[in-house]
Amino acid sequence: MSGLPNRKLRNAGIAGALGLGAALALAPEALPQERRSGFEFMSRESQVLQQDDTSNPGMLWVAEGEALWSARTGASGRTCADCHGDAAVSMKGVAARYPVYFAEQSRPIDLQGRINICREVNQNATPLPYESRELLALAAFIGKQSRGMPITAGDDQRLEPFRALGQELYERRQGQLNFSCANCHDDHWGRKLASSVIPQSHPTGYPLYRLEWQSVGSLQRRFRNCMVGVRAEPYPFGSPEYVNLELFLMTRARGMPLETPAIRP
Amino acid sequence: MPKRGSRPSPPKSSGRASSASFARRAGVLPVVVAALTLAAAVAGPAHAQELRPFTIVGDAIPEPLTGIKGDAARGRAIVVDRRKGLCLLCHSGPFPEQRFQGDLAPDLRGVGSRWSEGQLRLRLVDSRRLNPATIMPPYYSREGLIRVGRAWQGKPVLSAEQIEDVVAFLATLTEAP
Ligand code: HEC
Ligand code: HEC
Repeated sequence: MSGLPNRKLRNAGIAGALGLGAALALAPEALPQERRSGFEFMSRESQVLQQDDTSNPGMLWVAEGEALWSARTGASGRTCADCHGDAAVSMKGVAARYPVYFAEQSRPIDLQGRINICREVNQNATPLPYESRELLALAAFIGKQSRGMPITAGDDQRLEPFRALGQELYERRQGQLNFSCANCHDDHWGRKLASSVIPQSHPTGYPLYRLEWQSVGSLQRRFRNCMVGVRAEPYPFGSPEYVNLELFLMTRARGMPLETPAIRP
Repeated sequence: MPKRGSRPSPPKSSGRASSASFARRAGVLPVVVAALTLAAAVAGPAHAQELRPFTIVGDAIPEPLTGIKGDAARGRAIVVDRRKGLCLLCHSGPFPEQRFQGDLAPDLRGVGSRWSEGQLRLRLVDSRRLNPATIMPPYYSREGLIRVGRAWQGKPVLSAEQIEDVVAFLATLTEAP
């Protein structure tokens, strides 16, 4: 491969490093007293399932993502690996800092959005639909390269207005049942909603295998479930509202370790 | 001052209710047609979306929304139904056959001795009138709601008849926990 993408990649790394200074200024106001991953609210069996890679069904998606990483795709005939090399090196820590600011479009993008940009621009391929098996597989594979690393999202000051929009959405009451996300996840975490323990909504494990779905799904699918639960009209997959919400939650979860691919009930 | 329920809006197409995931987790079989769609059909299409007017006196709505007392047995069925009343998502109560009961809100045991029927009615119809910060959903109001799901737009959570049935049932819960 030509050296061009690599130089670009290096530049992106430098820009990321420069943005780091802004991080501390962005500490979110409403941190819960003690932050707990959804992992801690799960049954022992589900925790074991998550921790044992040989039984964690999310690893099937990771393996599929690994295969896609080196598959020739689109009119360019290029593989992800042609430009990015070994994902264990090039993608280490990447998922932990998403969503990032995408300057070309003056907006934040999530990891799935970034993957699709590479497909379109760098592979001349069609973007993968949200919640498609391929996109989830690639996101799970890239996410896995950051497993155990602390979440670093929200470094870039240009993200701040979008993070604020996400927080506003999180605190807004909605739906026929008139609940905000905060009503459950900040004010009543640890309590029981019928049979489910309400977690603190830290997005530490996505994409993840949800037992109820019997599949891997994205954070956006989780948002959708919670909105439908309060009888609100969900946003379409890929909508800016979901990216803002993810940005708010990822910034709120800074420092917590990434668990992808996690298990949830 | 007499306060009215919200003004009627043009009837909306009554599509299927999107499945409520919180309810589904409780292990209840999917219900194809939403309870409210049924209620609206019974009431007749012309007035399907109209909310009955009511008068608030102090912290109560003294008169039944329908003019007549509800049926306690039907009320119990609504309370335990996770797609109609949804009560047990948040509340617990004297329902030994119900395995999963929430603990976000007070136990319903003894609620009939703590409150009069009129007080219970206002707390169901729109608890926000008493406490704007409440998480108790407004069961008979369409005011101030944002981004209501398509299947639920223009509809209260329960019909006036269902509210009266639930009030009649709650009034029987006089045994303290
Ligand atoms: C009525 C209470 C309630 C509301 C309101 C609610 N949620 Fe949830 N949420 C839950 C419950 C319960 C779960 C866990 C479900 C389970 O265990 O099956 C959950 C799970 C989550 C998770 C998964 C956390 C993890 O560990 O993977 C996220 C993220 C989340 N919610 C975000 C949101 C957002 C964003 C909103 C607002 C749009 C919202 N929720 C509104 C009850 C709620
Ligand atoms: C032709 C080369 C090329 C191909 C093929 C390619 N990419 Fe990229 N990718 C890049 C470049 C260049 C960047 C950095 C863009 C920038 O600096 O903004 C990038 C950035 C990324 C990033 C963001 C990294 C970060 O640090 O934020 C991800 C994730 C990514 N690519 C995934 C993929 C995946 C998955 C595929 C295969 C489906 C793929 N790329 C295919 C060139 C490529």
